[in-house]
Amino acid sequence: MIKSPSKRRQLSDRNIILLFILPTMIILVLMNIYPLFYSLYLSFTDYSVISSVAPKWVGFQNYQTILSDTRFWKHFAITGQYTIITVALQMLIGFGLALLIKEKFWGSGIITTLILVPMMLSPVVVGLFWRLMYHPSYGIVNYLIGFRNINTAPEWLGSPTLALWAIIIVDVWMWSPFVMLLSLAGLSAIPDYLYEAAAIDRAGSWFIFRRITLPQVMPLLLIAVLFRTIEALKQFDLVMGITGGGPGDATETVSVRLYREAFQGQFDTGLSSALAYIVLIVIIAISNLYIRQLNKVREG
Amino acid sequence: MALRSPSAPKQDVVISTRVDKVGLRPALLRNFRAGLAVVAALIMLLPAVWMSMTAFKSRPDAVSVPPKVFFTPTLEGFVSLLTDRRQLSNTELEDYKQRTDLNWMDKLALKRGQAIIGWSEFPKHLRNSIIISVTSTFLSIFFGVLAAYAFSRFKIPGESDLLFFILSTRMLPPVVVTIPIFLMYRALGLFDTHIGLILLYTAFNLSFAVWLMKGFIDEIPKEYEEAALVDGYTRLQAFRKIVLPQAITGIAATTVFSFIFAWNEYAFALMLTSSAARTAPPSLPSRIGTGGVEWAAIAAGSLLFLIPAIILTFALRKHLLRGVTFGAIRKG
Repeated sequence: MIKSPSKRRQLSDRNIILLFILPTMIILVLMNIYPLFYSLYLSFTDYSVISSVAPKWVGFQNYQTILSDTRFWKHFAITGQYTIITVALQMLIGFGLALLIKEKFWGSGIITTLILVPMMLSPVVVGLFWRLMYHPSYGIVNYLIGFRNINTAPEWLGSPTLALWAIIIVDVWMWSPFVMLLSLAGLSAIPDYLYEAAAIDRAGSWFIFRRITLPQVMPLLLIAVLFRTIEALKQFDLVMGITGGGPGDATETVSVRLYREAFQGQFDTGLSSALAYIVLIVIIAISNLYIRQLNKVREG
Repeated sequence: MALRSPSAPKQDVVISTRVDKVGLRPALLRNFRAGLAVVAALIMLLPAVWMSMTAFKSRPDAVSVPPKVFFTPTLEGFVSLLTDRRQLSNTELEDYKQRTDLNWMDKLALKRGQAIIGWSEFPKHLRNSIIISVTSTFLSIFFGVLAAYAFSRFKIPGESDLLFFILSTRMLPPVVVTIPIFLMYRALGLFDTHIGLILLYTAFNLSFAVWLMKGFIDEIPKEYEEAALVDGYTRLQAFRKIVLPQAITGIAATTVFSFIFAWNEYAFALMLTSSAARTAPPSLPSRIGTGGVEWAAIAAGSLLFLIPAIILTFALRKHLLRGVTFGAIRKG
């Protein structure tokens, strides 16, 4: 019996699965998994990309160097401080914005979208024009907050403490809308009967907020915290756009330090790979903690 | 209330336990809220507006103290962004003023005593950005839709592990993978090439595309395809003629998101290109280092670069929530 040509060319489901999934897997293994293992190996070696000497195995020496150097701990401290403050402020402001615009009013659609624009912009370019706005004399920030005298105006990017806050403000400006977006989704999913029941019981508004609104939105808020924490721990673009790590190394997050170790100065590839792995482990550990917490909230 | 019986009370009875909350206060409260929301939106927009204004300022206006809100708009910033110029001597200047073959750009440069000697690097970098973002977006959508379809419709051994693996690649800090990729690219001659960045961005967006598309395809009822299969369609035909047309909104949203991610990417581009394939995000900050900062030019570059993202945000507004959470949250 002769098979019809269309039958002969027909692919089995098994082959379709392979044909559809394999390209993706190959690309990801090649561009992500292989580099990951390669840099794990490099983290145990003494090696520089600009030297012609092959990598030399040194065991845990790079990790020891990093963990015993107070300079590196400083970068971790900066990153930690940065992460805690930005995420906390973003949650407060984002959730507040969501409460403001959860009820529809004329033009609320367009206002929501306008508020969301910053998070879709390129962080490094955003950083650049904030740098202009932060300028002590011709920047608009000082002008708007009332420092008209150049001699007494704060030098946002010149002082070590203010510079970190300058970046935090921009991060909060960019990403509070993200928290707002998630909170809005949570708020709109709260069934009306909960509020109606509370109204019948003449519950106070603070009680309603604490016992109905907050618990119902909690899972989404936790997802927002998870996403923002991971991003804050990786923070690189904004810092490069606003301060480049300065003044001195006051705003050098771990990622910026990593970039300097790996691609500037000594080009210390082995050491920077070890640093990269430490960052990776911290991120994985924190994400796991959050996800466990999230599952607890969802179940109970 | 048209069918009111004679015995009914004269006034409408408001059957609501929230009777105390109806009236003037809520209306005021709502207006107050709306007002606050408008103020918030204005604050959010202010930096972008200020940047757009700076883009049209002249060099002294851009750095005037106090900052100028009203000024005469000029395209000087754009000219100095897009061209390389040289300072003219006084005699040359007189010469130039007599010439009649000058276009508007030359004339603007001449106002500052300069002559345009050619295009700057920026148009090239902007072109690189376009080439690399478009190509990598196309590739990641193409492969991502295929993989998402397979994950959505077939039972695959270890499916959740594979999907988690795909997601986890996106969580890596870019700097972690850049060092080995840098070595790899140097060995393969892909450093500072379009192909190198396209490959990397494709991988970078692929995980996103698979996750988002799987959500969209999951929402298309399986029954349509099953009916088509019974009618004698092959699996591939059913995919092409039934699933793809239904998934078109999802594909469009995913495409726009992938494009924005590639368009905005900075870290990889900074570390893996030097000049030939350099994109706009690492190119703009490098202008600060050279001599006096020309803010109008930087603002002009930022404006040109940000406009696509702003337009696309509006186009995407219904899918934003889904996109920024990797499809984890679908309603909103």
